[in-house]
Amino acid sequence: MANISTLNTTAAGLDAVSGRLGSGPSGARPRKVLSQRNIILYGLLIVAALYYLLPLYVMIVTSMKGMPEIRLGNIFSPPMEITFEPWAKAWASACTGLNCDGLSRGFWNSVRILVPSVVVSIAVASVSGYALANWRFKGSDVFFSILIVGAFIPYQVMIYPIVILLRELGIYGTLTGLIIVHTIFGMPILTLLFRNYFTSLPEELFKAARIDGAGFWQIFLRIMLPMSLPIFVVAMILQVTGIWNDFLFGVVFTRPDSYPMTVQLNNIVNSVQGVKEYNVNMAATLLTGAVPLIVYFVSGRLFVRGIAAGAVKG
Amino acid sequence: MRALKAILVASAMLPATYAGAADLEVTHWWTSGGEAAAVKELAKAFDATGNKWIDGAIAGSGGTARPIMISRITGGDPMGATQFNHGRQAEELAQSGLMRDLTAVAEKEKWKDIIKPASLLDSCTINGKIYCAPVNIHSWQWLWLSNAAFKTAGVAVPKNWNEFVAAAPALEKAGIIPLAIGGQPWQSTGAFNVLMIAISGKDVFQKVFADKDAKVAAGPEIAKVFKAADDARRMSKGSNVQDWNQATNMVITGKAGGQIMGDWAQGEFALANQKAGVDYTCLPGLGVNEVISTDGDAFYFPLLKDAEKSKAQEVLASTIVSPGVQVAFNLKKGSLPIRGDIDLAAANDCMKKGLEILAKGNVVRSTNQLMSADSQKQLEDLFSEFFAKPAMTPDAAQKRFAEIIAAAD
Amino acid sequence: MSTRATASAQPGIGAGSGSSSSSGSRAATRRPNQLFRNLNSKIASIPMILVAVCVFLGGTLWTVVYSFTNSKLLPRSSFVGLDQYYRLWDAPRWVISIQNLAIYGVLSLIFSLAIGFLLAALMDQKIRFENTFRTIFLYPFALSFIVTGLVWQWILNPEYGVQSIVRSLGWSTFTFDPLYDSSIVIYGVLIAGLWQGTGLVMCLMLAGLRGIDEDIWKASRVDGIPMWRTYLFIVIPMMRPVFITTLVIIASGIVKVYDLVVAQTSGGPGIASEVPAKYVYDYMFQAQNLGQGFAASTMMLLTVAIIVVPWAYLEFGGKKRG
Repeated sequence: MANISTLNTTAAGLDAVSGRLGSGPSGARPRKVLSQRNIILYGLLIVAALYYLLPLYVMIVTSMKGMPEIRLGNIFSPPMEITFEPWAKAWASACTGLNCDGLSRGFWNSVRILVPSVVVSIAVASVSGYALANWRFKGSDVFFSILIVGAFIPYQVMIYPIVILLRELGIYGTLTGLIIVHTIFGMPILTLLFRNYFTSLPEELFKAARIDGAGFWQIFLRIMLPMSLPIFVVAMILQVTGIWNDFLFGVVFTRPDSYPMTVQLNNIVNSVQGVKEYNVNMAATLLTGAVPLIVYFVSGRLFVRGIAAGAVKG
Repeated sequence: MRALKAILVASAMLPATYAGAADLEVTHWWTSGGEAAAVKELAKAFDATGNKWIDGAIAGSGGTARPIMISRITGGDPMGATQFNHGRQAEELAQSGLMRDLTAVAEKEKWKDIIKPASLLDSCTINGKIYCAPVNIHSWQWLWLSNAAFKTAGVAVPKNWNEFVAAAPALEKAGIIPLAIGGQPWQSTGAFNVLMIAISGKDVFQKVFADKDAKVAAGPEIAKVFKAADDARRMSKGSNVQDWNQATNMVITGKAGGQIMGDWAQGEFALANQKAGVDYTCLPGLGVNEVISTDGDAFYFPLLKDAEKSKAQEVLASTIVSPGVQVAFNLKKGSLPIRGDIDLAAANDCMKKGLEILAKGNVVRSTNQLMSADSQKQLEDLFSEFFAKPAMTPDAAQKRFAEIIAAAD
Repeated sequence: MSTRATASAQPGIGAGSGSSSSSGSRAATRRPNQLFRNLNSKIASIPMILVAVCVFLGGTLWTVVYSFTNSKLLPRSSFVGLDQYYRLWDAPRWVISIQNLAIYGVLSLIFSLAIGFLLAALMDQKIRFENTFRTIFLYPFALSFIVTGLVWQWILNPEYGVQSIVRSLGWSTFTFDPLYDSSIVIYGVLIAGLWQGTGLVMCLMLAGLRGIDEDIWKASRVDGIPMWRTYLFIVIPMMRPVFITTLVIIASGIVKVYDLVVAQTSGGPGIASEVPAKYVYDYMFQAQNLGQGFAASTMMLLTVAIIVVPWAYLEFGGKKRG
């Protein structure tokens, strides 16, 4: 992935191009600092923020308690004695079956699945979205409509047909197979976003390029891509989240030696050995969620900007 | 470098019995403490043959794991071996030629003579060929009681189901939940089936589940069972847990008086260092009707192209059945061995009771062997609803029960 | 590549461009070799077409066909007519699943749109710490449903969670155990679902609000229109495309809801929080009754098709909107 500072500078430069897309708040103007309005405004926001933060707080606090303390029963109280043992256990020594190496074995598997799946699915969807937005052909909208309806099909329903499809292609159980599966199921929403985004770009640019004799791929690579950073960030975030958190495909379409981290998470959470070790479960949960969380914290600003561009224009 | 050295050392140490050693991926859903310890015994024995056990544990009970296993097999990327329960779970896979025929191994090692009871091998047999290696026998028909809980409540530890029901109010008064039942559907279904054998006996059980006799299912005998299930439902109110071993843990810690659960619960008691007879009491057949079922697990071997792996599959099959492994595995797992010719001197009191009943031949075939997964799932839906919804009357539930039995296969 | 591009650029400038495609297709009808017009675009769309036709359409048809069979563990073509459907609608669990999906779906749609919009409107008041608030509202979306279900299962657990805290504060009869009460369990699932999903809706809405011209606000202020009326009657109608994208994302998530229920309640207590996707999965794989599972998925697909197809056609097909 491109490094973040480049993303930021490119994005800043982009503001000039896309104009109001990335502009600031536009609601009614604020007045005094401690006005009644401000109290209500911030009060509401803070209450909402507490609701959203509560589970995270519980997860963090619990993951740092020992089991005896957890049995006392108050999940909201801060730990009396902070311990990082649950974290160490979740990462390196929690058992499932014979394997007692916790989440660590799944981490790199997840990365190996994540990177190519994200790249391929975004590449395919962006080109499709571009074709749908700028190079419509007869029937293209029909295919697109099918795709959108496809977004509503539960994954579970499609497992069997996909198993058969991959078997016939001879790639069942391979990384290629899994990448294809992620590409397929990421396609509807991503294509929708890319299509909307490319439609929203100033048409004059496209026309001018056509007059200059540029073709399909040239326009895509030279003109569209450089202008599309925000939407690529959105697509990346959605795909990173979706693929990293995927359990079903990861477990059905791979073998144990390449199971993603979520499979280990499920194993840790679901293999109760005596008492449920809530602290280890929570630590495992946080560790598994760390990658998408970091992506969010780092690129949250670009996310809204990109969504603004991809979703707003229909 | 060090790894290489280790391999060299290891291979030098191995008796050169085997030319073609292979890695074999084995999938199973044994992930609780006692289960994992038992799997380790299997793996150790298999590794000792020069092959390598690649562990593919999938947590979350058979319901989570089986779909994955079946997808892998039908998708053409099968594992080397996989656990299923005794019964019909792999029936169609074998019929469509996806599984390895083990008849040759079985004949060579005379499985027909050593595997007891014979119904286990029958479940492995499809169209006259043997497709699986049974590994253990589990029985469902046990009531586990916490001695401490009854002491707290000030009543004697019950000797049978009726005494237990009578003691329930005293337990409740002491703030103890009389009967722990976890939320997973198979637990309430299992409890019901256990009640059926205890209350109506073996014959009624056979008529309902083997013959699918809807008239018996709708009749007065089963009505009594539903009555008992109604008691159980009342007694289990407040046991807000999901997993079976969490429910067992309530018994271990004295938060619940008892639990109807298969003999695999024993592993949890052992892990908590509790002693049969001292800390807990086990009543086979709920102390009423000492009959046990032959549930349990077997290993199935998908058909592989790789010749070496196929060879390793046969080695694993005979390893599983071999006497040494049977003893080591079943002691850890808390289950009974699949052969009658070995000595389990180290078994604890509860296991010994089970062995005695087994030797007397007081066994029934398990519902897994008698019914299709589909019919069982429908029953699970019914019983999980019944046990969670006090508004559902025993009569109404029985009516649906009879309907499901009538349509069952 | 560039020579090909110039060749295909001939038919007319902007012919392939989205905004004037109707003129493009008219131009195309005059050309004899239609297949090769816009060839690069068609080649580029091959993956999309394959997915749409082979996977989504093909898979759906395959599912529908086999829903009329009595396939067990493996698909078999022994047709039994509508048997699977009769059985499906006779099953109390299926009926409860549908009811739950309806309750969950409607409430989830209303609340995510309402809360999402409200939060976005609050965020759009030129507040300080906007980044912080946005991150807080959005982060749950980064977590999987498995995680969400687990955490909320715990917070709502009567022995450890909210109920025990309130009770320990002295209100000893306080009862709040949605996950263990059949009649309200689906609302327990809803609380967790909203927690996870509203952040994204907020982002979408916020993005939409940012797209509204500053002049609109100025004008409404000059006219003395109260703020809430400006939002309700001017801003929201202008945000139609955002609402549509949001709707697609939320609704597709609702229909597919599965992991959350499995992680949080496993469908319990009893069968009180079952959902259709879980019925499909359980019957296909656990009960090894593909026919029944396919019948259930066909019913789901049918419902989706009835609602989505006409709308998708109007929205994306047919005439081109500016």
